[in-house]
Amino acid sequence: MYKITKENLRALFREIAGSRELYLPVEMGGQVNFGVWDEDAKVRLDVLKTVKSPKDIFFPQAETLYTCTGSGKNIRIKPQELKDRDFVVFGMRACDVRGVKVLDQVFLSDPQDTYYAARRAHGILVSMACGRPEESCFCSTFGIDAAAPEGDVAAWMTEKDLFLKPLTEKGEQFITSVESLLTKAEDEAETVEAEQKRIREILEKLPYRNLSLDGWDGGATEEKFDSPIWETLYRPCLACGTCTFVCPTCQCYDIKDYRTAEGVQRYRCWDSCMYSDFTLMAGGNNRTTQLQRFRQRFMHKLIYFPANNQGMYSCVGCGRCVEKCPSSLNIVKVIKAFEKQGGGANV
Amino acid sequence: MQELIKRAKELLADGTAARVLGWRRGDLPYNPEPAFFEKEEDLDRFVYDGFCGANLSKMMIEASRLEGKTLVFLKPCDTYSFNQLLKEHRVDREKAYIIGVGCRGKLDIEKIRAQGISGITAISGAENDGPDTLKVRTIYGDRTVNYGSALLGRCHVCKGKEHKICDEQIGRSRDTKDADPYEEVRAVEAMTPEARFAFFQKELGKCIRCNACRNVCPACSCRKCVFDSTSFDSAQKANVDSFEEKMFHIIRSFHVAGRCTDCGECSRVCPQGIPLHLFNRRYIKEINELYGQFQAGEDPEATSPLTDYLAEDPEPGIIEERG
Repeated sequence: MYKITKENLRALFREIAGSRELYLPVEMGGQVNFGVWDEDAKVRLDVLKTVKSPKDIFFPQAETLYTCTGSGKNIRIKPQELKDRDFVVFGMRACDVRGVKVLDQVFLSDPQDTYYAARRAHGILVSMACGRPEESCFCSTFGIDAAAPEGDVAAWMTEKDLFLKPLTEKGEQFITSVESLLTKAEDEAETVEAEQKRIREILEKLPYRNLSLDGWDGGATEEKFDSPIWETLYRPCLACGTCTFVCPTCQCYDIKDYRTAEGVQRYRCWDSCMYSDFTLMAGGNNRTTQLQRFRQRFMHKLIYFPANNQGMYSCVGCGRCVEKCPSSLNIVKVIKAFEKQGGGANV
Repeated sequence: MQELIKRAKELLADGTAARVLGWRRGDLPYNPEPAFFEKEEDLDRFVYDGFCGANLSKMMIEASRLEGKTLVFLKPCDTYSFNQLLKEHRVDREKAYIIGVGCRGKLDIEKIRAQGISGITAISGAENDGPDTLKVRTIYGDRTVNYGSALLGRCHVCKGKEHKICDEQIGRSRDTKDADPYEEVRAVEAMTPEARFAFFQKELGKCIRCNACRNVCPACSCRKCVFDSTSFDSAQKANVDSFEEKMFHIIRSFHVAGRCTDCGECSRVCPQGIPLHLFNRRYIKEINELYGQFQAGEDPEATSPLTDYLAEDPEPGIIEERG
């Protein structure tokens, strides 16, 4: 265990940024998102949730895969350079770290996504416990402990200090690289434990603390898919992509070609199952209504994904969709709607 | 609110309406969702309070294709949107039974959060006829919030509390206008071109291309948006570079110019807090200055200055002369 006083955080960020890229929650135009640190950055570690998750540090919203140039039959393919420098993501929440684990299941499985894998190999995750959980949070539903976040290094913010605990070999190396700024705090484990206890007591008071996933597993595919509940549920959906774009686990993307004066850039960008051209193929689209598209999102997160990934749900309970959906629809309302049907006890 | 529910039940029972379009109580104190109610008992979850900011008029496009009339609750500002949709033949007047609901301004949960409030478990006082102070219960203690301090930006420049179209009216309204709608626009106009460019670059740079602004916009009612075309190089969802973001919002705002009622839904729904209404309001100000005062949606019979020709209309060159 190590610690650093809050006043010295700026020095810590400067030290990290001296040799690596440093991403952390920064305020831009009144909104807090993960961004690159520089001396002028308005760091907001106090903000519980960034608008977007830190997903796009590993899986950017749009990225070029390769570029083709040339004329006639002479085409040169220029591969995109892969990330080859270490970088640090500072201040990820426990839910966001789990979000990256969900992405790992998709992008690091065979065949591995080399673009993503390079970023994961070079990224160091410094997570932070949630000192002030909010009503939209429900990470505990997915077995996530906001008081003990995973990652390479876990951190806890107390009134005066930031405590840091390396969890992996990468984390140990990170600590070593900034050790001159840190104080050893082996004898202060109790301070961190007290903070964890305080956080867990808050978690017990959250309105979604009893949200249950009973009945959401691969075995329920047909029952859920065919349910008439979707017919009412989807109707306020605007078919925008807000939920998918602020989500830490939504991983669908589209690949397109962009014609430039010199040639073609093949890029990929986040896709959204809410959009009418999602999975559109030459032969048409297998989901032609918003009901089907809406259902797809939740079936994927709560049925298909766990069925294919040893029970891991592709929702982490961060609550961003709860806060951001323009029509106030979200995964919690979906879970509750089905629970009511089954006569369960979600309140 | 009970009066609204009672009236809705009556209209369902006597066959005037086949369904009701309103707001359904959410699972948090501030997240009701727009909803169709088919049966009287469903209306037990009907809610109308300060958090019912969603403008239901666009959903009447869908409702106009359904069998029978839909009873829809419209706030004063929503009636402008309905009128505009009527003018554009996107909704069917015969398929709508409109109850104009009173409004004392709608709340912005972000403005409550901005007062350092989180962990909200209950809010009282948000009813339309409620007090001036909201009592907010949170897991971190109880707080009070002045209703007026948590209003959506658009309510401070409210067009007025008169329903421009309705079959009947229920509930009282309270005036909320306390700012000049064009003050923000003038502030942007006063910037140097460089500063203005930097301002919009900073704001539009936040865009994540979720298309929420477009999809919620009652003036954006094309069945297929040009930005959803698969034959474009630029996908509707990729913020490939800043150029594209700028194109999207500028093209969209031009497309709704003269038809935008300034309902403010675009800015309400933007997850990144981009003040999108600034574009539209600039055009409205421009139209007013060049062609005389015009409010889209105020009168469904009126002709928009941008689709009308008068010999005394200013020549396009006026823009260059005026600077």
